[in-house]
Amino acid sequence: MAAPERLTRDEVAHVADLARLELTEDELELFTGQLAEVLDHAADVASLDLTGVAPTAHAMAVSNVLRPDEVRPGLDRDEVLEQAPSVEDHRFRVPRILGDAP
Amino acid sequence: MTSPRPSTFLANAVRSGARSAVDVLEEHLTLIESGDSEVHAFNLVTADLARQQAIAVDRKVHAGEDPGPLAGVPVALKDNLCTRGVPTTCSSHILEGWRPPYDATVVDRLHRAGAVMVGKTNMDEFAMGSSTESSAFGPTRNPHDTSRVPGGSSGGSAAAVAAGFVPLALGSDTGGSIRQPAALCGVVGMKPTYGTVSRYGLVAFASSLDQIGPFATTVADAALLFDVIGGHDPCDSTSLNRPTPRVLSVLDDGVAGLSVGLLTEFLDGADPDVVARTREAAGALAAAGARVEEVSVPEVALGLSAYYLIAPGEASSNLARYDGVRYGLRVDAADTVAMNRATRSAGFGAEVKRRIMLGTYVLSAGYMDAYYNQALRVRTKIIEGFATAYRRFDVLLGPTTPTTAFPVGAKTGDPLTMYLSDVCTIPTNLAGHPAVSVPFGTGDDGLPVGVQLLGPALSEGTILKVAAVVEAAAPPLAPPVLAVGGRV
Amino acid sequence: MKPGWEMIIGLEVHCELKTATKLFCGCPNAFGDEPNTNICPVCLGLPGSLPVINQKAVELAMAIGTALRCEIRPSTFHRKNYFYPDQAKDYQITQYDEPINVNGHLDLPDGTRVGIERAHMEEDTGKTSHAGASGRIHGADYSLVDYNRSGVPLVEIVSAPDMRSSAQARAYAAELRAVLIASGASDGKMEEGSMRVDANVSVRRSSDEPFGTRCEIKNLNSVRSVGHAVEYEADRQIALIESGERVVQQTRHWDEDAGRTVALRSKEDAYDYRYFLEPDLVPLVPDSEWIDAVGDTMGPMPAVRRARLIELLRDAGDVAESQVDQVATVVDLGLDGLVTAAVAGGVGSGLALARTANEAATDAEAARHLDPEPYVALLTMEAAGALTATQAKAVLADLLSAGGGDPAAIAASRGFEAMSEDSLAATVADVVAAHPEDWERFCHGDDADRKKLSQFFTGLVMKATRGKADGKAVAAELQRLRT
Repeated sequence: MAAPERLTRDEVAHVADLARLELTEDELELFTGQLAEVLDHAADVASLDLTGVAPTAHAMAVSNVLRPDEVRPGLDRDEVLEQAPSVEDHRFRVPRILGDAP
Repeated sequence: MTSPRPSTFLANAVRSGARSAVDVLEEHLTLIESGDSEVHAFNLVTADLARQQAIAVDRKVHAGEDPGPLAGVPVALKDNLCTRGVPTTCSSHILEGWRPPYDATVVDRLHRAGAVMVGKTNMDEFAMGSSTESSAFGPTRNPHDTSRVPGGSSGGSAAAVAAGFVPLALGSDTGGSIRQPAALCGVVGMKPTYGTVSRYGLVAFASSLDQIGPFATTVADAALLFDVIGGHDPCDSTSLNRPTPRVLSVLDDGVAGLSVGLLTEFLDGADPDVVARTREAAGALAAAGARVEEVSVPEVALGLSAYYLIAPGEASSNLARYDGVRYGLRVDAADTVAMNRATRSAGFGAEVKRRIMLGTYVLSAGYMDAYYNQALRVRTKIIEGFATAYRRFDVLLGPTTPTTAFPVGAKTGDPLTMYLSDVCTIPTNLAGHPAVSVPFGTGDDGLPVGVQLLGPALSEGTILKVAAVVEAAAPPLAPPVLAVGGRV
Repeated sequence: MKPGWEMIIGLEVHCELKTATKLFCGCPNAFGDEPNTNICPVCLGLPGSLPVINQKAVELAMAIGTALRCEIRPSTFHRKNYFYPDQAKDYQITQYDEPINVNGHLDLPDGTRVGIERAHMEEDTGKTSHAGASGRIHGADYSLVDYNRSGVPLVEIVSAPDMRSSAQARAYAAELRAVLIASGASDGKMEEGSMRVDANVSVRRSSDEPFGTRCEIKNLNSVRSVGHAVEYEADRQIALIESGERVVQQTRHWDEDAGRTVALRSKEDAYDYRYFLEPDLVPLVPDSEWIDAVGDTMGPMPAVRRARLIELLRDAGDVAESQVDQVATVVDLGLDGLVTAAVAGGVGSGLALARTANEAATDAEAARHLDPEPYVALLTMEAAGALTATQAKAVLADLLSAGGGDPAAIAASRGFEAMSEDSLAATVADVVAAHPEDWERFCHGDDADRKKLSQFFTGLVMKATRGKADGKAVAAELQRLRT
């Protein structure tokens, strides 16, 4: 597998957008270089031919871990809402939402 | 010969009434009080809460009840373990002031074993780092030389044990975050088999790699702490539903007849003094009756790259929840998207942002297969490579880190160089296997060197009994200048 | 729908599973509780919390797969990453490329077979409400989030684009709802959001052409709105094409009040969800024993139950169109057990169906819990003429409101007794004598007159007997007097 093209500044800006991070011009510049360096180092992995090798997501193979459908005590609402930055009517208050959920 | 068991000794003194838990606690609080301003191992010392716990332990003893195998033993917790009502920050501004409404499973098990929690230790922010310098609350210093880093990310826990502030501490190890600081601080640290210790209540960095494990001054103490925190937990789907490996009963069995592979890939990039200590440890094992041979596992060379694709990928998702809505920091803005951005930008430090960016990138459309999925295939190759080696050897031996502790600030400007300090620890995490770091002498700079014993899944009993032999053969390590009370 | 065009419809249905607890934690799965009272570290996405799969939710998902004739397979969970305040972890745990159910189908009552591509498990989000003048997301000053619904188990059922009319789309939604209820997976309460429908709609000029560009319509909260929205959307797309414009692939929102669809976003602003395998969960690998055990607990599906009732009717003669509708109603309400019990007890299938579909159905909740025995006894009395239809209906209403009882005792306490033939004949004779002109028209008028006047006389007899007379007996007596 061929390693992808070198990371660009525009891509880094797009990624920051996806990750809900606001980067200054300086940070953008710095991160573009640093991330490109890490990805260059990862080229040894990206360029390997691993056709037919199954990916491992879980190191220990386990399946069918289930719990019974029984109600368990939850959290006290006041204790939870006390930790919240903003609350109204026992709900978490957030600023205006500009778009619908995807 | 019996391996030294200071915490068992201490707990037995408390259980028998020979010492009170309150006394033991106050002695340690005094050490922390006098030494931690220099080390900064703790983000928070919970003295009052600890006193309550110690009193409760003593009360049990008076009532004729057994408080448990860690009765009155002071324990420090890495600040990414949730503690009910006690701030849990992950050394990040984004969680500053957050008091979890629940205890992690390991915290619960420590309580039941009679341990006394003395505080929360400093760490690299969200466990992302190898020096504890990415903490939002300033770096921790290595007690052996305060101009040096303690390693990371569990640098606070390692330093607290090394400085004698506590006999035991918990850390978490995603790519070496227990073993690397244990090596640099001259203490014992183990990453258990993935799934043997519940992750419930451990603030996630990279879920498929994270594992909680013990720090201690001796191998037997580390085994004791592992024995207390391990075991199946129905709250963690990846927790193994099978008996925890027996470690305490086999600890003094010796290595006669065991085979030890000296892992050449780990020797290749290490400093000559570190290599020399590792070979001496190998010699000690051979002298104790083990068969020792060099072995190559070429796949481990790919570990670092694979890790720096997988761990940030998972982290970018795990850290999405810090959005300013439900808990922690909020930086207000006109709309929710702007609020999310402002909060995350102000709340996360540079290293965390860097990893979130890297992880978001490798999972994004068009790059997923070339990077993330490819790294998961490399993971398979690494597991196969280890499997081949473990057909010939019971355990593998190598240095824990390529160098001794480096100066504070030496690598902060160069992320890739910093990442390279995890090269010997990462493959174990990718394979899900256990590994333990044991101090073995010092480098040319007089700072501690750690050697690492690796084994296949659930081989904790084996690697710990081999570690006990290494420990017995190790040259004595001068106690750190700060450790007023010295080693127990 | 404009002639010369064909619409192509595929539906995605989100169904909340009827479990006691949420998908990944032990919080109650309940509707309408006080905000943020059913929450825990897991469904609130607190740092350090971990999900554990609810066994019952898996079994209900397998029940849906069984009911929809799907292949039930080993499956995994992924994370779908996107930021939204109702998403506690800012990712949703959902099944992605390895769903639990694939390749099934659902047969509609008209015989159309709609393919089911997949039916996978996922977690629901919390609920946002919007403060400000409009009460809606646009123009709101701020919003409030309640996480009670966060983590409620859902199965998303994705159909193939096999429907060709709004009537078929409605029929699919209705039939699927009936199947979900019958399988025990859902309560089917669309008004509470237990079942939510999105429609993919495109149009083309003839069935030889490839499918046109499709739009996804969200927010269809009733079977009726499925029909209306699909119809509106097809017309909108046809109008666009006929005026030389292009249909843009986009997500649209159905505005029920305005009766139209509005654009939400186009494909260009598609999210990059960065799906990856959920590392906190392990695969589900159901073996055939487990799958069979789930299937064994399930009763017959609505199509089978309808066919059984039709069969009973057919045994007694021809089946009228109105009876097919009654069968659908009875099965939909889960009252077919009453009909089959009555027929087994010797009651005619026509009477059993009519009383169940028309009267018992008015209080379906009570009827579902009614012991069939008194119901059968009541219909037997009516069939034997011991009670008139009017009396039988009154007794049934009492049975339902009391949740049971002895129909004979209820009838007696209401003073119901069948009139003797003699006293009925006398009453009919009195009524006829009092209205000679009407009687004349009844005897010599055309069929329409006779029908109308028969009802007129019956009404008078009923009034005179205060409902005790049997309508059929009155009609017979009138006929006897005429000839």
